[in-house]
Amino acid sequence: MASYILRRILVTIPVMAIVALFVFSLLYIAPGDPAAVIAGDQASPADVERIRQSLGLDRPFLVQFGSWLWRILHFDLGNSIFTNLPVTSMIAQRIEPTLSLMLLTLALTLVVAVPLGVVAAWKAGSLIDRAIMAFAVSAFSLPVFVVGYLLAYVFALELEWLPVQGYTPFAEGVWPWLQNLILPSVALGCVYIALIARITRASMLEVLQQDYIRTGRAKGLGQGSILFVHALKNAAVPIVTVIGIGVALLIGGAVVTESVFAIPGLGRLTVDAILRRDYPVIQGVVLMFSFLYTLVNLMVDLTYTLIDPRIRY
Amino acid sequence: MSISTTNSVPVPPGLVIAQALPDLMVPVKVRRGVLGFLRNNPTVAIGGALLLCLVLVGIFAPYLWTVDPTAISPARRTRPPSELYWFGTDALGRDVYSRVLFGTRVSLTVGLSVAVLATITGLAIGLVSGFVRWADGVVMRIMDGLMSIPPILLAIALMALTRGSVGNVIMAITVAEIPRVSRLVRGVVLSLREQPYVDAAVACGTRTPMIIFRHILPNTLAPMLVQATYVCASAMIVESILSFIGAGTPPTIPSWGNIMAEGRALWQVKPYIVFFPAAFLSVTVLAVNLVGDGLRDALDPRMAKNL
Repeated sequence: MASYILRRILVTIPVMAIVALFVFSLLYIAPGDPAAVIAGDQASPADVERIRQSLGLDRPFLVQFGSWLWRILHFDLGNSIFTNLPVTSMIAQRIEPTLSLMLLTLALTLVVAVPLGVVAAWKAGSLIDRAIMAFAVSAFSLPVFVVGYLLAYVFALELEWLPVQGYTPFAEGVWPWLQNLILPSVALGCVYIALIARITRASMLEVLQQDYIRTGRAKGLGQGSILFVHALKNAAVPIVTVIGIGVALLIGGAVVTESVFAIPGLGRLTVDAILRRDYPVIQGVVLMFSFLYTLVNLMVDLTYTLIDPRIRY
Repeated sequence: MSISTTNSVPVPPGLVIAQALPDLMVPVKVRRGVLGFLRNNPTVAIGGALLLCLVLVGIFAPYLWTVDPTAISPARRTRPPSELYWFGTDALGRDVYSRVLFGTRVSLTVGLSVAVLATITGLAIGLVSGFVRWADGVVMRIMDGLMSIPPILLAIALMALTRGSVGNVIMAITVAEIPRVSRLVRGVVLSLREQPYVDAAVACGTRTPMIIFRHILPNTLAPMLVQATYVCASAMIVESILSFIGAGTPPTIPSWGNIMAEGRALWQVKPYIVFFPAAFLSVTVLAVNLVGDGLRDALDPRMAKNL
């Protein structure tokens, strides 16, 4: 087991190196002079030269990549072109709202999607099943900001139950924090819920046909116990895998959701950085999210042994 | 040769022809042709019909829109929907109806182009890494790396570097979609090359390119077609997200994402500016997803009705 974890972590290192190389070389893949691209259309030649100097773009590619990688390994993502602050501290300032949003969405998704999928599989072919699957297909087709605006319009503007926009830090109390995050997490969770509900249903349908489920019924186990204890546990591996893959949806969706609900998180930071062509910030955010995504999927791989003791490495 | 029970055959005296036995199994009615396929797969039919309408709207947009979608008219700013301005007007007095119709073109163009480009490129990469062993490791590590960047972020990073244009949006989303497609193709190819008929072809001395084109490629088409529809749906969503956050098509082109981005500042008082493009986008994506789900059920009966 320990050797498997070690090997799995070692495999992650080259993948992360490729991500780093790709994120770094994006500047060179793009057509034109990178310094001029960052400077934008209205820049004077002196500005372009200043940016070239500050980013070290006048040095050879491999030298630049080497020194950049070395700095990253020391948690130094460079300085923002626009504010001149270190990118790491900018990310640290903005990370709380984004993490809150993502964790709350994840919790909401698990609480809603898994039971939905289980019920759909249990009542397969019935009206409930069709309704759940119809919901899943529609939710999967609705872009995050469409759901966001719809929810904000109904629950914040018309009914005035919840605040329209903004964010309150967790330190200022759980309820104000939660109040601001409910609508964004429901909006962000929609696609994710649809995805997990579908995979839960598919995986459960397969498991429910197994002999041991019939044995369980024959010996008089309750329906709830069969579904949620005996069947769900054996259906869990594909579900957990998709939860891990779906984190990519969560990350991409967070960028948009934060714009819709004016949450000052990493998504806002990314959007602002794009509009200002603040490339070090974009690089930093993309790297950080990719690292997070890889880490989540590493954890997913490691949980397989907990779910299914038959899996041995 | 057939056994006839009609009266034309003389029946010997004293014998009676038995009545035809009822069918043990109800014969499966085989429906053929495009119409038959659509009747068997109502999801494809509904999604396809919706999509066809939208394609027609896109093609005939210049004849359907009432005024030039980019014409600014400060005198008639933010009018609510009325007989004259079906979807109202935006903050610059542009007709939202005309703009939304034009947006259909942008979305469908981006969706289709990305689906075609990503499928072809992914197919090529997947075939190579499925067949050329030494390339497999390298290519798949690169794809693993690309796949660990969430697709929307990858597209954002690419767009941040280039000028906003429809072509660049298509390229950025295509790059973000390629890893998933090539992984899928590689998986299919790896399972196909273990098939006895491929072994037979190898034993007959068929050259590798011929095996790929004649035996492997046709068998990857069904899963590729399904994947292409999902890529198309996802590309349309990503395009609108990119435009919405200001990293997509230039603001001069009325794409759905751009219309929503412009309506964002006013949405609490004038929700219709955001509502109409949002509704069109959702219906279009839903139509494409329905076609994809239906095709998957039709082309892969083992997966049918499960997912």
